[in-house]
Amino acid sequence: MSPDILLKIWGATLDTLYMVAAAGLIGSLIGGPIGIFLATSGKGELFPAPMTNRIVGLIVNAARSTPFIILVVAIIPFTRLLTGTSIGTKAAIVPLTIATIPFVARLVEAAIREIDKGLIEAARAMGATPMQIVFKVLLAEARPALTMALTMTAVSLIGYSAMVGAVGGGGLGDLGIRYGYQRFMPDVMLVVVIVLIVLVQIVQSAGDGLARRFDRRSRKN
Amino acid sequence: MSVSAYQAPARADAAVIFDGVSKHFPGSGKSDGFTALDNVSLSVGRGSITGIIGRSGAGKSTLIRLVNGLEKPTGGKVLVDGVDVGALDEAGLRELRRSVGMIFQHFNLLSSRTVFDNVALPLEIAGMNKSAIEKRVRPLLDLVGLADKHGRYPSELSGGQKQRIGIARALSTEPKLLLSDEATSALDPETTQSILELLKRINADLGLTVLLITHEMEVVKAVTSDVAVIDHGRIVERGHTFDVFTHPKHETTRAMLSGLPGSKLPDAVSRALKPQAVAGDRAVVRLTFFGAAAERPLISQLIKSVGAEVNIIAGTIDEIGGRPYGSLVVAYRADAETAGRAERFFTENGLVTEVLGYVA
Ligand SMILES: Nc1ncnc2c1ncn2[C@@H]1O[C@H](COP(=O)(O)OP(=O)(O)OP(=O)(O)O)[C@@H](O)[C@H]1O
Ligand SMILES: [Mg+2]
Repeated sequence: MSPDILLKIWGATLDTLYMVAAAGLIGSLIGGPIGIFLATSGKGELFPAPMTNRIVGLIVNAARSTPFIILVVAIIPFTRLLTGTSIGTKAAIVPLTIATIPFVARLVEAAIREIDKGLIEAARAMGATPMQIVFKVLLAEARPALTMALTMTAVSLIGYSAMVGAVGGGGLGDLGIRYGYQRFMPDVMLVVVIVLIVLVQIVQSAGDGLARRFDRRSRKN
Repeated sequence: MSVSAYQAPARADAAVIFDGVSKHFPGSGKSDGFTALDNVSLSVGRGSITGIIGRSGAGKSTLIRLVNGLEKPTGGKVLVDGVDVGALDEAGLRELRRSVGMIFQHFNLLSSRTVFDNVALPLEIAGMNKSAIEKRVRPLLDLVGLADKHGRYPSELSGGQKQRIGIARALSTEPKLLLSDEATSALDPETTQSILELLKRINADLGLTVLLITHEMEVVKAVTSDVAVIDHGRIVERGHTFDVFTHPKHETTRAMLSGLPGSKLPDAVSRALKPQAVAGDRAVVRLTFFGAAAERPLISQLIKSVGAEVNIIAGTIDEIGGRPYGSLVVAYRADAETAGRAERFFTENGLVTEVLGYVA
C-alpha cells in the first residue's frame, strides 16, 4: 500500500471522527432535552402535557423509522441551505445530526423512565421544583444509563457516517467506496473496515468503563 | 382500672387535622373510580407519635400523602399547623414540604449520591450554601449513628442503615413534623426495633411530631402514644394506644391484634373453640390486667375463688406506650356457679375479660 493511500486513510479517519463528534454533540444537545421532555410530560408527571407528549412522540417515531439513506437524500435541499453544498464532510453532518436527534431522544427517555418513581416522590416531598428534580435526581441517577446511551449513539454514528460515504459524504465510508469498491482495491477496503472496527471497540469500551464508574448501584468497585 | 374516655387533641394542640377528608380516584375509561378515603376526621397531637394502622389497601398511604400535598383531597380539609394544605399553590406547597420530613418503606435514597450528599439533598434544594450544609449534616449523621459512613454509597449499607440515612435526610430541614410511610416494613424485627427506638428518641429530644402508618401492630405498640385504625377508607377506632390495645372495640382492631405474639391461641384450642356452651364445657376467657393488678398473685387467688380447676392456655406480659400490661387466656368450667364466682372475682380485681368461646 502506498504512503499516499495511507495518508488518505488517516485523513478519512479524522473526517469520520469529526462527523461523528459534531453530529453526536449537536444531536445530543437537541435530542437529550427532547428525551427528557418525553420522559416527564405524560399525564400526572413532572411537566404534564400529554397532548404535546404524544405529538412529539409521533414525530420522533416517524424520524426513527425513516431509513437513513432515504433521509440523506430527502433532506438534500435543507442540507444545501445550511451548508451551501450537498457533498463532503460538512454536508454529511446535517443528515447525521437529524438522525441522531430522535435516536438520542428515545434512549434518554428510556434511561430516565428506568429511575425508581420513589425517588421522584421523595424529592417532591422535600419541596424540590420540577427542574430541581430533573437535574438533581433524574439526570444524576440516570448517569450510567445516559453514558451507555451516548456510547450507543456514537457507535451507531460511526456506522451511519460510513453510509453517507455512499452518497459522497466523505470519511472512511467514502474512501472505502471510491478506492476499495470503484477502483477495486480490496486491501484499502480491508483497512477501512479494520479502522472502523477499532474505532467502535474503543468507543464502546470507553463508554462501558465510564458507565461502570458512574454506577453506584452495586457493591462492586 | 377504667379506661379514660378518649379526648381528641384540641385544635390548637394539633399538628395535623384531617377534617372530613375524602379522596376519590377517578376511574380511567371503563373502570369505575375508587374511594380510598371516606370522610376521615382525625387530629394528630403536637409532639405525639401517632400511628395509623390498617390492612393493605385501607388508604393509609393516601392519607399520609395528603399531609404534604403529594395528593389532594377531593373533599374536606387537611390542616398542618393550621394551614389548609389544599389551598396552597405549588410554591406554597414546596414551602410546606420543606417543613415536613418524610421517610419511606424503600428508603428512596439516591444511589448516585454518598450518604453525606443524600442527607444534604433537601438543603441543596432549599438553596443552602455549602458550609451551612456541612454544619447541619454532620450532627445529623452523629444522631443516627452513621458519622463514619458519610462517604459511602447507599448500595454499601444495610437496610437499617439506609433507613437511618432516610431519617437523617428527613430531619435535615429541621421539620416540626415527620411522616413515616411503612418505614420499618422492609426490615427484620431486630432492625425494626432499633429504628423505632431512634424515632422515639427523636420525638423526645427534638419534640418532633411523628405521624406513622403501618400494618404492623408491633410497631404501633412499641412507639405510638395514640393510634387510629383505618379500614376501607374510614377511621373505625381511635384512642390512646394503651386503651385501644387493651380494649379493642372494632372487629378490625381485634383481628389485627390477634396476630400479636401472646395473643394467639394455640391452634388446637382455636380450632376446638365453639361459640355456644353445652353442659360440661369449659369457658375460654381472656383476662387483661394492668397497673397494680399485674403485681398481685392473681392466679392462685383465682383458683381459690373459682374453687375449680383453672387451665392457663396462653399468656404474655408486655408494655404498651411504656405501661406494663398482661394478658392471660384461661379456661374453667362453664357451669353457672363457677362462672358466677369467676366473674365476681374479675370485677373485684378490676380485670377486663373477654369470653373467647367454649371448649369441650
Ligand atoms: N393513584 C391511584 N389511582 C387509583 N386508585 C388508587 C391510587 N392510589 C391508591 N389507590 C387505591 O386506593 C386504595 C388505598 O391505597 P393506599 O395506597 O392508600 O393503601 P395502603 O393502606 O397504603 O395500602 P398498603 O398497606 O398496601 O400500602 C387502594 O385500593 C388503591 O388501589
Ligand atoms: Mg401504603
